[in-house]
Amino acid sequence: MKKFNVEKGLVLPLDRANVDTDFIIPKQFLKSIKRTGFGVNLFDEHRYLDKGEPDSDNSQRPLNPDFVLNQPRYQGCKILLARDNFGCGSSREHAPWALDDYGFRVVIAPSFADIFLNNCFKNGLLPIVIDKETVAEMFQDIEENEGYSLTVDLSEQLITRQDGSTIAFEVDSFRKNCLLNGLDDIGLTLEEADTIKIFEDKWRQTSPWYFTPPSS
Amino acid sequence: MVISMSGKTLYDKIWDAHLVSQREDGTSLIYIDRHLIHEVTSPQAFEGLRLAGRLPWRADANFATPDHNIPTTKSERDQGLEGIKDPVSKIQVTTLDNNCDEFNIFELKMTDMRQGIVHVVGPEQGATLPGMSIVCGDSHTSTHGALGALAHGIGTSEVEHVLATQCLMQKKMKNMRVQVNGRLKPGVTAKDMVLAIIGRIGTAGGTGCTIEFAGEAVMALSVEGRMTVCNMAIEAGARAGLIAVDQATIDYIKGRPFAPKGEVWEKAAQAWKSLVSDPDAHFDEVVELEAADIEPQVTWGTSPEMVASINGSIPVISQESDPTKRESIALALKYMGLTGGTNIKDIKLDCIFIGSCTNSRIEDLREAAKVVEGKKVASTIELAMVVPGSGLVKQQAEAEGLDKIFIAAGLEWREPGCSMCLAMNADQLGDGKHCASTSNRNFEGRQGFGGRTHLVSPAMAAAAAIHGHFVDVRELG
Repeated sequence: MKKFNVEKGLVLPLDRANVDTDFIIPKQFLKSIKRTGFGVNLFDEHRYLDKGEPDSDNSQRPLNPDFVLNQPRYQGCKILLARDNFGCGSSREHAPWALDDYGFRVVIAPSFADIFLNNCFKNGLLPIVIDKETVAEMFQDIEENEGYSLTVDLSEQLITRQDGSTIAFEVDSFRKNCLLNGLDDIGLTLEEADTIKIFEDKWRQTSPWYFTPPSS
Repeated sequence: MVISMSGKTLYDKIWDAHLVSQREDGTSLIYIDRHLIHEVTSPQAFEGLRLAGRLPWRADANFATPDHNIPTTKSERDQGLEGIKDPVSKIQVTTLDNNCDEFNIFELKMTDMRQGIVHVVGPEQGATLPGMSIVCGDSHTSTHGALGALAHGIGTSEVEHVLATQCLMQKKMKNMRVQVNGRLKPGVTAKDMVLAIIGRIGTAGGTGCTIEFAGEAVMALSVEGRMTVCNMAIEAGARAGLIAVDQATIDYIKGRPFAPKGEVWEKAAQAWKSLVSDPDAHFDEVVELEAADIEPQVTWGTSPEMVASINGSIPVISQESDPTKRESIALALKYMGLTGGTNIKDIKLDCIFIGSCTNSRIEDLREAAKVVEGKKVASTIELAMVVPGSGLVKQQAEAEGLDKIFIAAGLEWREPGCSMCLAMNADQLGDGKHCASTSNRNFEGRQGFGGRTHLVSPAMAAAAAIHGHFVDVRELG
């Protein structure tokens, strides 16, 4: 996994609550068996005016000029700002893959859906929970200031505004360490292989009914 | 000094039984008994295993079946894999077949008559057992909690993690109890119950929690009805929903192909009886509803919490005080092509979809068939389809003559799969069309680009098919 330390970037305001993962990446793009290439279809149904298919030439598709991602002032954005319950719905990891592939490194919202939050951390994307009022202020500030950007420092757990003011944020210490160091979860877990084996043997003895092979 | 210790919730019990290790900050390794796999969220995980030179930790803990991309017409299915016309879908299905063959994983392939939606097939085969920890790269894995199993949806990186380590890395959730007192009124179903719950607590109401559904009304549901309720725990924000084990649970499992047999069965069934929350267990949050207050439900917006009773109406934007909610309602009504204040019964429909992991089991099909028997689908309905949840559900329905009832009424009788719940196959809702759907999500574009979904119970979808608009199924003769 790629490391995350400090990221500075333009902020994209997606002023919606309950942005679901179907909204982030529609189902027709889930047919890919790869992890990459989803960025061009991020927010597909809102970003383009026509219906996209996996084999569409996206460079030829009509863009929706009203959708925030297409507005010139937000080109090159790296930080996404949204309202409550971001990433609800389907467990598709294609959602953080699409955000990452587009170039986002941080998502800020007052709350996130559990599975999406987990999936972000597995992909070097940092979800930050900030209280509703501050998020509302940020939406206001972006509206009034073209080029609004933020600096996110994970090790210090601080967001710094352009005027130097800061906002502290919470992050799970284990996940923080994994992100800072780009650690692979599977590798970490396999360091405990012996413990897992001991647990499994005991579990098999006490609850053998969970070990009936599916083919029998 | 005596330290008073409260009892354990059902979630606490299953969590504790599966706890392999715990770090100081609470991050834990949880042992996984059953890993369910489908074709959409697994290919990148298998590829990851291959790239790292790893093998599945315990191949026989895995159970796979393709469901999302599967065509549902008989003529397509008769052609086997060749019947999948979309080449990209076909690659995904064959990739699952190849991965399962390569890693020695049990799979009910598309051509196997037991194939179906993974959340229908798992319990049907007895691959879901009480007290198990179950995961699947699919948010509706919460369904299996109906059998007293701790079941979560996971992402693809976690699918790979479970394949490689037989564990999930997780922090414990909070305990939430949703208690439904009394009994549901006749004509009100498990689907109405769970939609009413979501309407009450909201789509983020259960975030960070495992919800135990409890109370007389919940325990009075059949095991299939309980699956409908737990299925939609995720639409209330909870990764897992749970229902206590009782005699109905044990009777449901007995004799299923993968259920234990003989002496082991006796021991298992005895052990499962303890899978209930202790009377003095502590819940972080408790919500209570009265079953008698619940009426048939219909969603009118683009989030499952945007729901009303059949005798209600769509909210008027100006009456909502919260600005974010006002904006959400405005966006939803614009997308749905509906106006605030409209009576739910005046919403006209173009399409009817009876199916999905929420409502495609035999009892669901019986309920729908009872409503349409001897009647005709309204002439304004462009497409009405019934998609059974598995090959075995289909077989059972045909043995009972339900297929003939549906066909005589003008509904299409299809082959099993996820179908128009998420429209990854050819079954797609048209742009701007309104669909009465027994599925679980009414998100924008979910059932097809521009499609407008109304979530309802099977009986309500069937009644809407006959009338062309929503009607109160309890008022039908």
